[in-house]
Amino acid sequence: MKRIKGGEEDGNGSSSESSPEACKKVRTQTSEESEEEEEEEEASETPESDWVRLPQELLLHVFQYLPLLDRAYASQVCRRWNQAFHMPELWRYFEFELNQPASSYLKATHPDLIKQIITRHSNHLQYVSFKVDSSTESAEAACNILSQLVNCSLKTLGLISTARPSFMEVPKSHFISALTVVFVNSKSLSSLKIDDTPVDDPSLKVLVANNRDTLKLLKMSSCPHVSPAGILCVADQCYGLRELALNYHLLSDELLLALSSEKHVHLEHLRIDVVSENPGQHFHTIKKTSWDAMVRHSPKFNLVMYFFLYEDEFGPFFNEEVPVTHLYFGRSVSKEVLGRVGLHCPRLVELVVCANGLRPLDEELIRIAKRCTQLSAIGLGECEVSCSAFVEFVKLCGRRLSQLSIMEEVLIPDHKYSLDEIHWEVSKHLGRVWFPDMMPTW
Amino acid sequence: MVHTCVHWFRKGLRLHDNPALMAALRDCQELYPVFILDPHLHNDTCVGINRWRFLVGALRDLDCSLRKLNSRLFVVRGKPEEVFPELFDKWKVTKLTYEYDTEPYSLSRDQTVTTLAKEHRVEVLYKISHTLYDIDRMIEENNGKAPLTYNRMRAIVKTLGPPKKPIPAPTMEDMKDVKTPCSENHEQKYEMPTLGELGHDTAALGEEQFPGGEQESLRRLDEHMKRTGWVCGFEKPQTSPNSLSPSTTVLSPYVTFGCLSARTFWWRLAEVYQGKKHSDPPVSLHGQLLWREFFYTASVGIPNFNKMEGNPVCTQVDWDTNPEYLAAWREARTGFPFIDAIMTQLRQEGWIHHLARHAVACFLTRGDLWISWEEGQKVFEELLLDGDWALNAGNWQWLSASAFFHQFFRVYSPVAFGKKTDKNGDYIKKYLPLLKKLPAEYIYEPWKAPRSVQQAAGCIVGKDYPHPIAQHEVISKKNIQRMKLAYAKKSTDAAEPPASLILSLFPL
Repeated sequence: MKRIKGGEEDGNGSSSESSPEACKKVRTQTSEESEEEEEEEEASETPESDWVRLPQELLLHVFQYLPLLDRAYASQVCRRWNQAFHMPELWRYFEFELNQPASSYLKATHPDLIKQIITRHSNHLQYVSFKVDSSTESAEAACNILSQLVNCSLKTLGLISTARPSFMEVPKSHFISALTVVFVNSKSLSSLKIDDTPVDDPSLKVLVANNRDTLKLLKMSSCPHVSPAGILCVADQCYGLRELALNYHLLSDELLLALSSEKHVHLEHLRIDVVSENPGQHFHTIKKTSWDAMVRHSPKFNLVMYFFLYEDEFGPFFNEEVPVTHLYFGRSVSKEVLGRVGLHCPRLVELVVCANGLRPLDEELIRIAKRCTQLSAIGLGECEVSCSAFVEFVKLCGRRLSQLSIMEEVLIPDHKYSLDEIHWEVSKHLGRVWFPDMMPTW
Repeated sequence: MVHTCVHWFRKGLRLHDNPALMAALRDCQELYPVFILDPHLHNDTCVGINRWRFLVGALRDLDCSLRKLNSRLFVVRGKPEEVFPELFDKWKVTKLTYEYDTEPYSLSRDQTVTTLAKEHRVEVLYKISHTLYDIDRMIEENNGKAPLTYNRMRAIVKTLGPPKKPIPAPTMEDMKDVKTPCSENHEQKYEMPTLGELGHDTAALGEEQFPGGEQESLRRLDEHMKRTGWVCGFEKPQTSPNSLSPSTTVLSPYVTFGCLSARTFWWRLAEVYQGKKHSDPPVSLHGQLLWREFFYTASVGIPNFNKMEGNPVCTQVDWDTNPEYLAAWREARTGFPFIDAIMTQLRQEGWIHHLARHAVACFLTRGDLWISWEEGQKVFEELLLDGDWALNAGNWQWLSASAFFHQFFRVYSPVAFGKKTDKNGDYIKKYLPLLKKLPAEYIYEPWKAPRSVQQAAGCIVGKDYPHPIAQHEVISKKNIQRMKLAYAKKSTDAAEPPASLILSLFPL
């Protein structure tokens, strides 16, 4: 069977079925029918099959169900199928996977396929993402491809570094110019994911100048070259922005007010990463009035906050009411801060505490149960809670707790409950069978 | 008809609770107890020197016990499929018995040998006694699938009832009509393996902490069972990973090699528990045996269980290939004293506490170094006395949040975790003596000690002891994102909701 140039890859990352079988079946069927078809590349004695008369739209529909590799095999069957393979509709979505074989377990998109896409299909591409591994070469390859997407009018673009932030190793000018090509040519970008990249304020200006009416989603966590003014420019002009992810240092009162301005649509998701690069880092505060404006403007918005701070850096946080809905403490967080969370986070829906000190969080959890009336999911990692307090917590939350992920070592048996009894009590109050998460005995 | 029977010891290196051996003795005229040193299994890559020493000890012990019954152990070297036809002919064998083993290699090897036996008109009989239950039956009870949660397995075990009771070792009475023909040069032809036989450097051997063998295992069992209070109150997570001497029973290597029958252990515990208040599975000692059963069942029911690729329950994660990181972890030079002390104890003694295993497994995989759990599995297989195919694969997948366990926000801190049970770092000082003089304040994080303190302790970070290989806080943050990506991909492939909470909200 002839192979397409560069047809032997898994560009979409999905696993392929045994397509040689599929092709064989097709060939047999083709030869079973009686009519001749001149367009066929098969021997002219081959009788025509109804497959040949299948309209292109139906072919297209079928092809859309096939993973790329199977489609590539199918395209080898005959000219009509080959034509179908290259129809624009099949090239709207593409994920370029760029890995160095020496250091990656996963397969990369074949370079020949990449060439084909750039020459034949770049103007069909609308939803594109690049997954790169930790090598600079992969990130550079991604930038090279981006630079060539001149005829593209992308709706979504995602740059995803799966390991180390390799886009940060690419010379900044190379990255910026590649990105600018897309911004300038697309003009209708709706979703942009550029976390861990060297994007800067000027390039954001270009983004805004060309895509202000269409931009709905922007994810740019850990982009150190952007300043609060840079992101403010986006908020000030992209009134359709519904989802935003950034680091805390970019958050300002002005930004929140801009997102709450009358012209702005309702915000749906705001994700903020609060990351400390060095112990003792100082963080600014956001005024309660700014948060209030946000809530007034977008009453249903999700505020997702990931904290990666050292225990003594929480000073500026949780001293006043903050409308956070999803709260994640990635490092250690003190009992005291969790106490403040209970006091000041009435909209809280999900809480994850990776680690805490060794003192039981009994009071803090009970306060959270009482005051965070929307809480429906909680995860406790390296913490301690007495069994009695935990039962009280669950009783107070009741059936609204749809996710309760507690490691077994968190629960400290006391005079009222042992570990086995607690599973019963909790199950009773939750209205379903519940067990703590276990680690196996090795 | 009277038989000439070969009883094939592989695991099950014991005389007590050995139904296959008892089956060999039925209508038996001549008995040949055989152990095959199989180059596939017994080589210096798969078997570290501690494991080897344990096995040699176990075989000597077996030979000793057999001699008391006027028999001997025959140690034969070679591939079973080549060795057996010769033995069948030479000894005119009519029956072959062995204890069933569920590992894929064992199943295929036993299949080959069974076929050869049939060709030589040898009747083959196997019995199940390495696990508490018949694993295939367990899977059958669960609608043909291995249970994926411990609690589900407990429910099945409840319906199956308690495990079979162990049977006693053969007595002289059982052996009265049985002969083991032994030639004068038995020692040369079927000699016991030597410590250096596989090419290990025997000079590197430390003091033997856990001697192999059935006698030793039963002695340890007796000793532990006497401490009834301890047995009843036993809760494994409450034991300490870094106490200076093991805080758990360390009967695991004996169970792994089969020097101690799992059923014997189970029923001895039941005796001690009788009428007394005691801890319950999963944390109790009974629970430990059920965990073993859980992973054995998983290993049978799940294809490609010791790999990521082709393993339907294992999350496909883009682990890094980083030989430098892997070597540093394996060779106890990550710059994190808690991790390095554990890896040192592992290499020196062949045993580490289960929480210590959690800490280093998490560190290698999703916590810090982002190396595949399959690499960790290989190292543990080589070094752990109780290294077991099924348990190793299962636990590594669990700890790396690849299977069974999805709350990957729970990461073991290589600094804080050990401090909880050993504030002064005595464990670290024992296994990494060069850090002995560091004050408790810095022993878990020596890179934070001022230069003067390092000098006074005679241990300069970067010179005498390595810099930390990674910044835990920074790297674990990135790793959470990578784990999320892997899970998000899993959910789009399988159309199943992502298993974890907040982290599921923004998959990318």
